[in-house]
Amino acid sequence: MRGFLAIVRRDLSLAVRQGMDSVMVVMFFVLACVLFPFGVGPEPNVLARIAAGVIWVAALLAAMLSLERLFQTDYEDGSLELLTLSPLALEVVVLAKIVAHWLTTGLPLIVASPLLAVLMNLDAAGYPYMVLALALGTPSLSLIGGVGAALILGSRRGGVLLSLLVLPLYIPVLIFGVSAVDAAIGGFEAKAQFLVLGGILLAALPLCPWAGAAALRQATE
Amino acid sequence: MFNRFANPNRFLRLSRPLVPVMAWATVLLMAAGLYMTFFTAPADYQQGQSVRIMYVHVPSAWMGLFCYVGMAVAAAVGLIWRHSLADLVAKATAPIGAAFTFLSLVTGSLWGKPMWGTYWVWDARLTSMLVLLFLYLGYMALQNAFDDPERGFKASAILVLVGVINVPIIKFSVDWWNTLHQPASVIKAGGPSIHPSMLWPLLVMSLAFTTYYVWVLLLRVHAEIAASKIRALRMRQASA
Repeated sequence: MRGFLAIVRRDLSLAVRQGMDSVMVVMFFVLACVLFPFGVGPEPNVLARIAAGVIWVAALLAAMLSLERLFQTDYEDGSLELLTLSPLALEVVVLAKIVAHWLTTGLPLIVASPLLAVLMNLDAAGYPYMVLALALGTPSLSLIGGVGAALILGSRRGGVLLSLLVLPLYIPVLIFGVSAVDAAIGGFEAKAQFLVLGGILLAALPLCPWAGAAALRQATE
Repeated sequence: MFNRFANPNRFLRLSRPLVPVMAWATVLLMAAGLYMTFFTAPADYQQGQSVRIMYVHVPSAWMGLFCYVGMAVAAAVGLIWRHSLADLVAKATAPIGAAFTFLSLVTGSLWGKPMWGTYWVWDARLTSMLVLLFLYLGYMALQNAFDDPERGFKASAILVLVGVINVPIIKFSVDWWNTLHQPASVIKAGGPSIHPSMLWPLLVMSLAFTTYYVWVLLLRVHAEIAASKIRALRMRQASA
Protein backbone atom coordinates (compact mmCIF):
# COMPACT_ATOMS: atom_id res chain seq x y z
CA MET A 1 0.00 0.00 0.00
CA ARG A 2 2.86 2.39 0.82
CA GLY A 3 4.48 1.73 -2.53
CA PHE A 4 1.15 2.21 -4.27
CA LEU A 5 0.65 5.61 -2.67
CA ALA A 6 4.24 6.57 -3.39
CA ILE A 7 3.76 5.93 -7.10
CA VAL A 8 0.48 7.81 -7.17
CA ARG A 9 2.12 10.73 -5.37
CA ARG A 10 5.10 10.67 -7.73
CA ASP A 11 2.91 10.74 -10.84
CA LEU A 12 0.73 13.48 -9.41
CA SER A 13 3.68 15.67 -8.51
CA LEU A 14 5.18 15.04 -11.95
CA ALA A 15 1.89 16.10 -13.52
CA VAL A 16 1.74 19.23 -11.36
CA ARG A 17 5.35 20.23 -11.93
CA GLN A 18 5.45 19.52 -15.63
CA GLY A 19 2.47 21.73 -15.76
CA MET A 20 -0.25 21.91 -18.18
CA ASP A 21 -1.33 18.33 -18.88
CA SER A 22 -4.62 18.35 -17.00
CA VAL A 23 -5.42 21.88 -18.10
CA MET A 24 -4.86 20.94 -21.72
CA VAL A 25 -7.06 17.87 -21.42
CA VAL A 26 -9.88 20.00 -20.03
CA MET A 27 -9.34 22.62 -22.72
CA PHE A 28 -9.52 19.94 -25.39
CA PHE A 29 -12.72 18.64 -23.80
CA VAL A 30 -14.32 22.09 -23.80
CA LEU A 31 -13.17 22.95 -27.32
CA ALA A 32 -14.32 19.64 -28.78
CA CYS A 33 -17.78 20.19 -27.29
CA VAL A 34 -17.90 23.82 -28.43
CA LEU A 35 -17.33 22.68 -32.01
CA PHE A 36 -20.69 20.95 -32.07
CA PRO A 37 -22.96 24.01 -31.89
CA PHE A 38 -21.03 25.31 -34.92
CA GLY A 39 -21.31 21.97 -36.68
CA VAL A 40 -24.97 21.15 -36.13
CA GLY A 41 -26.26 24.70 -35.60
CA PRO A 42 -27.12 26.46 -32.33
CA GLU A 43 -30.76 25.30 -32.25
CA PRO A 44 -31.40 24.71 -28.48
CA ASN A 45 -33.61 21.67 -28.98
CA VAL A 46 -31.11 19.91 -31.22
CA LEU A 47 -28.30 20.65 -28.78
CA ALA A 48 -30.31 19.41 -25.81
CA ARG A 49 -31.06 16.21 -27.70
CA ILE A 50 -27.39 15.42 -28.48
CA ALA A 51 -25.83 17.02 -25.37
CA ALA A 52 -25.24 13.85 -23.35
CA GLY A 53 -23.71 12.01 -26.28
CA VAL A 54 -21.46 14.90 -27.31
CA ILE A 55 -20.17 15.41 -23.77
CA TRP A 56 -19.47 11.70 -23.41
CA VAL A 57 -17.68 11.39 -26.74
CA ALA A 58 -15.59 14.48 -26.01
CA ALA A 59 -14.72 13.14 -22.54
CA LEU A 60 -13.71 9.82 -24.07
CA LEU A 61 -11.44 11.47 -26.64
CA ALA A 62 -9.96 13.78 -24.03
CA ALA A 63 -9.21 10.85 -21.71
CA MET A 64 -7.53 9.05 -24.61
CA LEU A 65 -5.45 12.06 -25.57
CA SER A 66 -3.26 11.83 -22.49
CA LEU A 67 -3.06 8.03 -22.39
CA GLU A 68 -0.11 7.77 -24.71
CA ARG A 69 2.16 9.37 -22.12
CA LEU A 70 0.98 7.10 -19.30
CA PHE A 71 3.93 4.72 -19.60
CA GLN A 72 5.83 6.26 -22.53
CA THR A 73 7.98 8.72 -20.56
CA ASP A 74 8.85 6.11 -17.93
CA TYR A 75 9.66 3.64 -20.69
CA GLU A 76 11.98 6.09 -22.40
CA ASP A 77 13.94 7.24 -19.37
CA GLY A 78 14.26 3.72 -17.94
CA SER A 79 12.28 4.22 -14.73
CA LEU A 80 9.79 1.64 -15.94
CA GLU A 81 12.50 -1.03 -15.74
CA LEU A 82 13.26 0.02 -12.18
CA LEU A 83 9.57 -0.24 -11.38
CA THR A 84 9.41 -3.76 -12.82
CA LEU A 85 12.40 -4.69 -10.67
CA SER A 86 10.88 -3.27 -7.49
CA PRO A 87 9.44 -5.71 -4.92
CA LEU A 88 6.02 -4.22 -5.57
CA ALA A 89 3.81 -6.40 -7.78
CA LEU A 90 3.72 -4.95 -11.27
CA GLU A 91 -0.08 -5.07 -11.23
CA VAL A 92 -0.06 -2.66 -8.28
CA VAL A 93 2.32 -0.35 -10.13
CA VAL A 94 0.01 -0.33 -13.16
CA LEU A 95 -3.03 0.33 -10.99
CA ALA A 96 -1.23 3.19 -9.23
CA LYS A 97 -0.30 4.80 -12.52
CA ILE A 98 -3.86 4.40 -13.78
CA VAL A 99 -5.24 5.97 -10.60
CA ALA A 100 -2.88 8.89 -11.07
CA HIS A 101 -4.01 9.18 -14.69
CA TRP A 102 -7.64 9.28 -13.63
CA LEU A 103 -6.92 11.91 -10.96
CA THR A 104 -5.20 14.14 -13.50
CA THR A 105 -7.63 13.67 -16.41
CA GLY A 106 -10.88 11.95 -15.39
CA LEU A 107 -11.51 14.07 -12.34
CA PRO A 108 -10.98 17.45 -14.08
CA LEU A 109 -13.31 16.26 -16.85
CA ILE A 110 -16.04 15.49 -14.32
CA VAL A 111 -15.57 18.90 -12.71
CA ALA A 112 -15.78 20.63 -16.09
CA SER A 113 -18.79 18.66 -17.33
CA PRO A 114 -21.58 20.77 -15.71
CA LEU A 115 -20.19 23.83 -17.45
CA LEU A 116 -20.41 22.03 -20.78
CA ALA A 117 -23.87 20.78 -19.92
CA VAL A 118 -24.91 24.44 -19.65
CA LEU A 119 -23.28 25.30 -22.96
CA MET A 120 -24.93 22.31 -24.65
CA ASN A 121 -28.33 23.17 -23.19
CA LEU A 122 -28.66 19.84 -21.39
CA ASP A 123 -31.85 19.51 -19.36
CA ALA A 124 -31.08 20.63 -15.80
CA ALA A 125 -32.56 17.41 -14.42
CA GLY A 126 -29.73 15.53 -16.12
CA TYR A 127 -26.79 17.33 -14.41
CA PRO A 128 -26.40 15.06 -11.36
CA TYR A 129 -26.85 11.96 -13.54
CA MET A 130 -24.27 13.26 -16.00
CA VAL A 131 -21.75 13.77 -13.22
CA LEU A 132 -22.54 10.42 -11.63
CA ALA A 133 -22.32 8.56 -14.96
CA LEU A 134 -18.96 10.21 -15.71
CA ALA A 135 -17.75 9.41 -12.20
CA LEU A 136 -18.55 5.73 -12.76
CA GLY A 137 -17.44 5.66 -16.40
CA THR A 138 -14.17 7.60 -16.58
CA PRO A 139 -12.28 5.25 -14.19
CA SER A 140 -13.17 2.41 -16.57
CA LEU A 141 -11.86 4.50 -19.46
CA SER A 142 -8.54 5.02 -17.64
CA LEU A 143 -8.32 1.33 -16.77
CA ILE A 144 -9.05 0.05 -20.28
CA GLY A 145 -6.84 2.74 -21.76
CA GLY A 146 -4.00 1.73 -19.46
CA VAL A 147 -3.87 -1.68 -21.12
CA GLY A 148 -3.69 -0.05 -24.54
CA ALA A 149 -0.98 2.36 -23.38
CA ALA A 150 1.10 -0.56 -22.09
CA LEU A 151 0.66 -2.51 -25.32
CA ILE A 152 1.94 0.20 -27.65
CA LEU A 153 5.25 0.79 -25.82
CA GLY A 154 8.11 0.74 -28.27
CA SER A 155 5.90 0.52 -31.35
CA ARG A 156 5.93 2.76 -34.38
CA ARG A 157 3.09 5.31 -34.67
CA GLY A 158 2.03 4.76 -31.06
CA GLY A 159 -0.62 7.47 -30.74
CA VAL A 160 -2.79 6.58 -33.72
CA LEU A 161 -2.43 2.90 -32.95
CA LEU A 162 -3.58 3.50 -29.38
CA SER A 163 -6.84 5.01 -30.55
CA LEU A 164 -7.44 2.06 -32.86
CA LEU A 165 -6.93 -0.38 -29.99
CA VAL A 166 -8.79 1.44 -27.26
CA LEU A 167 -11.79 3.09 -28.92
CA PRO A 168 -13.64 -0.15 -29.79
CA LEU A 169 -13.27 -1.25 -26.19
CA TYR A 170 -14.67 2.09 -24.99
CA ILE A 171 -17.97 1.59 -26.82
CA PRO A 172 -19.86 -0.23 -24.00
CA VAL A 173 -18.98 2.51 -21.49
CA LEU A 174 -20.15 5.12 -23.97
CA ILE A 175 -23.43 3.33 -24.70
CA PHE A 176 -24.43 2.93 -21.08
CA GLY A 177 -23.07 6.31 -19.99
CA VAL A 178 -25.14 8.15 -22.57
CA SER A 179 -28.26 6.06 -22.10
CA ALA A 180 -28.13 6.59 -18.33
CA VAL A 181 -28.28 10.36 -18.81
CA ASP A 182 -30.88 10.16 -21.56
CA ALA A 183 -33.09 7.87 -19.48
CA ALA A 184 -32.87 10.19 -16.48
CA ILE A 185 -33.82 13.21 -18.58
CA GLY A 186 -36.68 11.32 -20.21
CA GLY A 187 -38.07 10.55 -16.77
CA PHE A 188 -37.25 6.84 -16.82
CA GLU A 189 -35.54 4.72 -14.23
CA ALA A 190 -31.78 4.88 -14.94
CA LYS A 191 -30.73 2.41 -12.28
CA ALA A 192 -30.00 -0.44 -14.73
CA GLN A 193 -27.57 1.67 -16.75
CA PHE A 194 -25.75 2.79 -13.61
CA LEU A 195 -25.53 -0.80 -12.42
CA VAL A 196 -24.01 -1.85 -15.75
CA LEU A 197 -21.53 1.05 -15.60
CA GLY A 198 -20.60 -0.01 -12.08
CA GLY A 199 -20.30 -3.61 -13.24
CA ILE A 200 -17.94 -2.64 -16.06
CA LEU A 201 -15.83 -0.73 -13.54
CA LEU A 202 -15.76 -3.65 -11.11
CA ALA A 203 -14.74 -6.05 -13.88
CA ALA A 204 -12.10 -3.70 -15.26
CA LEU A 205 -10.61 -2.95 -11.83
CA PRO A 206 -8.92 -6.34 -11.34
CA LEU A 207 -8.59 -7.41 -15.01
CA CYS A 208 -7.04 -4.33 -16.60
CA PRO A 209 -4.05 -3.95 -14.23
CA TRP A 210 -3.41 -7.64 -14.76
CA ALA A 211 -3.44 -7.38 -18.56
CA GLY A 212 -1.49 -4.13 -18.38
CA ALA A 213 1.20 -5.72 -16.23
CA ALA A 214 1.49 -8.61 -18.70
CA ALA A 215 1.94 -6.08 -21.48
CA LEU A 216 4.59 -4.16 -19.52
CA ARG A 217 6.50 -7.36 -18.79
CA GLN A 218 6.82 -8.23 -22.43
CA ALA A 219 7.73 -4.63 -23.26
CA THR A 220 10.61 -4.48 -20.79
CA GLU A 221 11.78 -8.04 -21.32
CA MET B 1 1.75 -32.68 -26.84
CA PHE B 2 1.92 -29.07 -27.96
CA ASN B 3 5.66 -29.00 -28.10
CA ARG B 4 5.75 -31.92 -30.49
CA PHE B 5 4.03 -29.74 -33.08
CA ALA B 6 6.03 -26.62 -32.34
CA ASN B 7 8.74 -27.75 -34.72
CA PRO B 8 7.97 -25.94 -37.99
CA ASN B 9 9.49 -28.66 -40.15
CA ARG B 10 7.40 -31.38 -38.56
CA PHE B 11 4.35 -29.18 -38.93
CA LEU B 12 5.14 -28.61 -42.60
CA ARG B 13 5.57 -32.32 -43.21
CA LEU B 14 2.28 -33.17 -41.51
CA SER B 15 0.20 -30.35 -42.93
CA ARG B 16 1.36 -30.28 -46.56
CA PRO B 17 -0.84 -33.24 -47.58
CA LEU B 18 -3.80 -31.52 -45.92
CA VAL B 19 -3.67 -28.55 -48.28
CA PRO B 20 -5.04 -30.28 -51.41
CA VAL B 21 -7.56 -32.20 -49.28
CA MET B 22 -8.94 -28.98 -47.84
CA ALA B 23 -8.86 -27.28 -51.23
CA TRP B 24 -10.92 -30.04 -52.84
CA ALA B 25 -13.27 -30.25 -49.88
CA THR B 26 -13.86 -26.52 -50.17
CA VAL B 27 -14.55 -26.69 -53.91
CA LEU B 28 -16.93 -29.64 -53.63
CA LEU B 29 -18.78 -28.43 -50.55
CA MET B 30 -19.05 -24.90 -51.91
CA ALA B 31 -20.45 -26.25 -55.19
CA ALA B 32 -22.95 -28.45 -53.36
CA GLY B 33 -23.86 -25.65 -50.96
CA LEU B 34 -24.38 -23.11 -53.72
CA TYR B 35 -26.48 -25.59 -55.72
CA MET B 36 -28.68 -26.21 -52.69
CA THR B 37 -28.84 -22.49 -51.98
CA PHE B 38 -30.12 -21.58 -55.40
CA PHE B 39 -32.11 -24.65 -56.46
CA THR B 40 -33.24 -26.92 -53.63
CA ALA B 41 -33.77 -24.47 -50.77
CA PRO B 42 -37.28 -22.99 -50.86
CA ALA B 43 -37.96 -19.28 -51.09
CA ASP B 44 -39.26 -17.87 -47.83
CA TYR B 45 -42.99 -17.27 -47.65
CA GLN B 46 -42.40 -13.78 -46.28
CA GLN B 47 -38.98 -12.80 -47.55
CA GLY B 48 -39.13 -14.38 -51.00
CA GLN B 49 -35.88 -14.99 -52.83
CA SER B 50 -33.80 -12.64 -50.70
CA VAL B 51 -33.72 -15.25 -47.93
CA ARG B 52 -30.98 -16.94 -49.98
CA ILE B 53 -28.57 -14.26 -48.73
CA MET B 54 -28.77 -16.10 -45.42
CA TYR B 55 -26.68 -18.99 -46.77
CA VAL B 56 -23.71 -16.67 -47.13
CA HIS B 57 -24.51 -14.26 -44.32
CA VAL B 58 -24.94 -16.71 -41.45
CA PRO B 59 -21.88 -18.91 -42.17
CA SER B 60 -19.64 -15.88 -42.59
CA ALA B 61 -20.87 -14.42 -39.30
CA TRP B 62 -20.26 -17.74 -37.58
CA MET B 63 -16.80 -17.92 -39.09
CA GLY B 64 -16.06 -14.35 -38.04
CA LEU B 65 -16.68 -15.38 -34.43
CA PHE B 66 -15.07 -18.80 -34.81
CA CYS B 67 -11.87 -17.27 -36.20
CA TYR B 68 -11.71 -14.83 -33.30
CA VAL B 69 -12.08 -17.61 -30.75
CA GLY B 70 -9.48 -19.68 -32.63
CA MET B 71 -7.17 -16.69 -32.72
CA ALA B 72 -7.63 -16.15 -28.98
CA VAL B 73 -6.85 -19.79 -28.20
CA ALA B 74 -3.78 -19.70 -30.44
CA ALA B 75 -2.67 -16.41 -28.87
CA ALA B 76 -3.08 -17.83 -25.37
CA VAL B 77 -1.09 -20.94 -26.28
CA GLY B 78 1.61 -18.75 -27.83
CA LEU B 79 1.72 -16.53 -24.78
CA ILE B 80 1.71 -19.25 -22.14
CA TRP B 81 3.90 -21.96 -23.69
CA ARG B 82 5.87 -19.61 -25.99
CA HIS B 83 4.71 -21.77 -28.84
CA SER B 84 6.01 -20.06 -31.99
CA LEU B 85 3.69 -21.93 -34.33
CA ALA B 86 0.63 -20.85 -32.34
CA ASP B 87 1.74 -17.24 -32.80
CA LEU B 88 1.87 -17.80 -36.53
CA VAL B 89 -1.58 -19.40 -36.51
CA ALA B 90 -3.01 -16.42 -34.63
CA LYS B 91 -1.37 -14.01 -37.04
CA ALA B 92 -2.54 -15.95 -40.09
CA THR B 93 -6.11 -16.22 -38.79
CA ALA B 94 -6.62 -12.48 -38.30
CA PRO B 95 -7.05 -11.37 -41.93
CA ILE B 96 -9.26 -14.36 -42.72
CA GLY B 97 -11.50 -13.66 -39.74
CA ALA B 98 -11.62 -9.97 -40.58
CA ALA B 99 -12.67 -10.86 -44.13
CA PHE B 100 -15.45 -13.15 -42.87
CA THR B 101 -16.66 -10.47 -40.46
CA PHE B 102 -16.63 -7.88 -43.21
CA LEU B 103 -18.50 -10.25 -45.53
CA SER B 104 -21.17 -10.87 -42.91
CA LEU B 105 -21.62 -7.12 -42.36
CA VAL B 106 -21.88 -6.45 -46.11
CA THR B 107 -24.28 -9.31 -46.85
CA GLY B 108 -26.26 -8.37 -43.75
CA SER B 109 -26.70 -4.81 -44.93
CA LEU B 110 -27.66 -6.00 -48.43
CA TRP B 111 -30.23 -8.27 -46.81
CA GLY B 112 -31.38 -5.52 -44.45
CA LYS B 113 -32.25 -3.12 -47.26
CA PRO B 114 -35.17 -5.15 -48.69
CA MET B 115 -36.26 -6.60 -45.31
CA TRP B 116 -35.82 -3.79 -42.80
CA GLY B 117 -35.83 -0.97 -45.33
CA THR B 118 -32.36 0.20 -44.34
CA TYR B 119 -28.78 -0.83 -44.93
CA TRP B 120 -27.72 -0.26 -41.37
CA VAL B 121 -29.31 0.07 -37.95
CA TRP B 122 -27.47 0.58 -34.68
CA ASP B 123 -28.76 -2.68 -33.33
CA ALA B 124 -26.86 -4.54 -30.62
CA ARG B 125 -25.78 -7.42 -32.84
CA LEU B 126 -24.72 -5.22 -35.75
CA THR B 127 -22.80 -2.91 -33.46
CA SER B 128 -21.02 -5.74 -31.68
CA MET B 129 -20.07 -7.31 -35.03
CA LEU B 130 -18.66 -3.96 -36.11
CA VAL B 131 -16.64 -3.85 -32.90
CA LEU B 132 -15.36 -7.33 -33.76
CA LEU B 133 -14.15 -6.02 -37.11
CA PHE B 134 -12.35 -3.16 -35.35
CA LEU B 135 -10.76 -5.63 -32.94
CA TYR B 136 -9.42 -7.60 -35.90
CA LEU B 137 -8.08 -4.42 -37.50
CA GLY B 138 -6.52 -3.29 -34.22
CA TYR B 139 -4.90 -6.69 -33.81
CA MET B 140 -3.39 -6.54 -37.28
CA ALA B 141 -2.19 -2.96 -36.77
CA LEU B 142 -0.56 -3.79 -33.44
CA GLN B 143 1.00 -6.92 -34.90
CA ASN B 144 2.73 -4.89 -37.58
CA ALA B 145 3.74 -1.95 -35.40
CA PHE B 146 6.92 -3.41 -33.97
CA ASP B 147 10.32 -3.83 -35.57
CA ASP B 148 10.80 -7.04 -33.63
CA PRO B 149 8.14 -9.57 -34.78
CA GLU B 150 8.37 -11.38 -31.44
CA ARG B 151 7.13 -8.26 -29.61
CA GLY B 152 4.34 -7.88 -32.12
CA PHE B 153 3.15 -11.40 -31.38
CA LYS B 154 3.11 -10.94 -27.63
CA ALA B 155 1.55 -7.50 -27.53
CA SER B 156 -1.18 -8.45 -29.99
CA ALA B 157 -1.83 -11.73 -28.15
CA ILE B 158 -2.69 -9.74 -25.02
CA LEU B 159 -4.97 -7.50 -27.06
CA VAL B 160 -6.82 -10.50 -28.53
CA LEU B 161 -7.38 -11.93 -25.07
CA VAL B 162 -8.75 -8.61 -23.82
CA GLY B 163 -11.12 -8.51 -26.81
CA VAL B 164 -12.50 -11.98 -26.12
CA ILE B 165 -15.01 -10.26 -23.85
CA ASN B 166 -16.83 -9.16 -27.01
CA VAL B 167 -17.53 -12.72 -28.19
CA PRO B 168 -20.24 -13.67 -25.66
CA ILE B 169 -21.70 -10.19 -26.08
CA ILE B 170 -22.16 -10.83 -29.81
CA LYS B 171 -23.60 -14.30 -29.29
CA PHE B 172 -26.14 -13.24 -26.69
CA SER B 173 -26.81 -9.69 -27.91
CA VAL B 174 -30.01 -10.84 -29.61
CA ASP B 175 -31.26 -12.43 -26.39
CA TRP B 176 -30.22 -9.71 -23.97
CA TRP B 177 -31.51 -6.77 -25.94
CA ASN B 178 -34.73 -6.51 -27.83
CA THR B 179 -33.29 -5.98 -31.28
CA LEU B 180 -34.26 -5.76 -34.91
CA HIS B 181 -31.91 -8.62 -35.71
CA GLN B 182 -33.76 -11.89 -35.27
CA PRO B 183 -32.90 -14.10 -32.26
CA ALA B 184 -30.89 -17.31 -32.50
CA SER B 185 -32.67 -19.98 -34.53
CA VAL B 186 -30.02 -22.66 -35.07
CA ILE B 187 -27.79 -22.94 -32.01
CA LYS B 188 -30.19 -22.70 -29.10
CA ALA B 189 -31.76 -24.74 -26.35
CA GLY B 190 -34.51 -27.04 -27.65
CA GLY B 191 -32.94 -27.62 -31.08
CA PRO B 192 -33.05 -25.51 -34.22
CA SER B 193 -36.33 -23.83 -35.06
CA ILE B 194 -35.44 -23.61 -38.74
CA HIS B 195 -36.91 -26.05 -41.28
CA PRO B 196 -34.55 -28.88 -42.45
CA SER B 197 -34.88 -27.78 -46.09
CA MET B 198 -33.20 -24.53 -45.06
CA LEU B 199 -30.98 -25.96 -42.34
CA TRP B 200 -29.14 -28.40 -44.61
CA PRO B 201 -27.89 -25.88 -47.19
CA LEU B 202 -26.88 -23.68 -44.26
CA LEU B 203 -24.84 -26.45 -42.64
CA VAL B 204 -23.20 -27.45 -45.94
CA MET B 205 -22.23 -23.84 -46.60
CA SER B 206 -20.87 -23.51 -43.06
CA LEU B 207 -18.77 -26.61 -43.57
CA ALA B 208 -17.52 -25.23 -46.88
CA PHE B 209 -16.57 -21.96 -45.16
CA THR B 210 -14.76 -23.91 -42.44
CA THR B 211 -12.71 -26.01 -44.86
CA TYR B 212 -11.96 -22.83 -46.79
CA TYR B 213 -10.67 -21.29 -43.58
CA VAL B 214 -8.46 -24.30 -42.81
CA TRP B 215 -7.14 -24.33 -46.37
CA VAL B 216 -6.23 -20.63 -46.43
CA LEU B 217 -4.90 -20.83 -42.88
CA LEU B 218 -2.49 -23.62 -43.84
CA LEU B 219 -1.35 -21.71 -46.91
CA ARG B 220 -0.77 -18.58 -44.85
CA VAL B 221 1.10 -20.41 -42.09
CA HIS B 222 3.30 -22.10 -44.69
CA ALA B 223 3.99 -18.70 -46.20
CA GLU B 224 4.83 -17.26 -42.77
CA ILE B 225 7.27 -20.09 -42.07
CA ALA B 226 8.89 -19.54 -45.47
CA ALA B 227 9.10 -15.80 -44.76
CA SER B 228 10.78 -16.33 -41.40
CA LYS B 229 13.24 -18.75 -43.02
CA ILE B 230 14.09 -16.10 -45.61
CA ARG B 231 14.50 -13.53 -42.82
CA ALA B 232 16.84 -15.86 -40.94
CA LEU B 233 18.88 -16.50 -44.09
CA ARG B 234 19.17 -12.79 -44.85
CA MET B 235 20.28 -12.08 -41.28
CA ARG B 236 22.93 -14.75 -41.56
CA GLN B 237 24.13 -13.34 -44.87
CA ALA B 238 24.25 -9.84 -43.45
CA SER B 239 26.22 -10.89 -40.39
CA ALA B 240 28.62 -13.14 -42.31
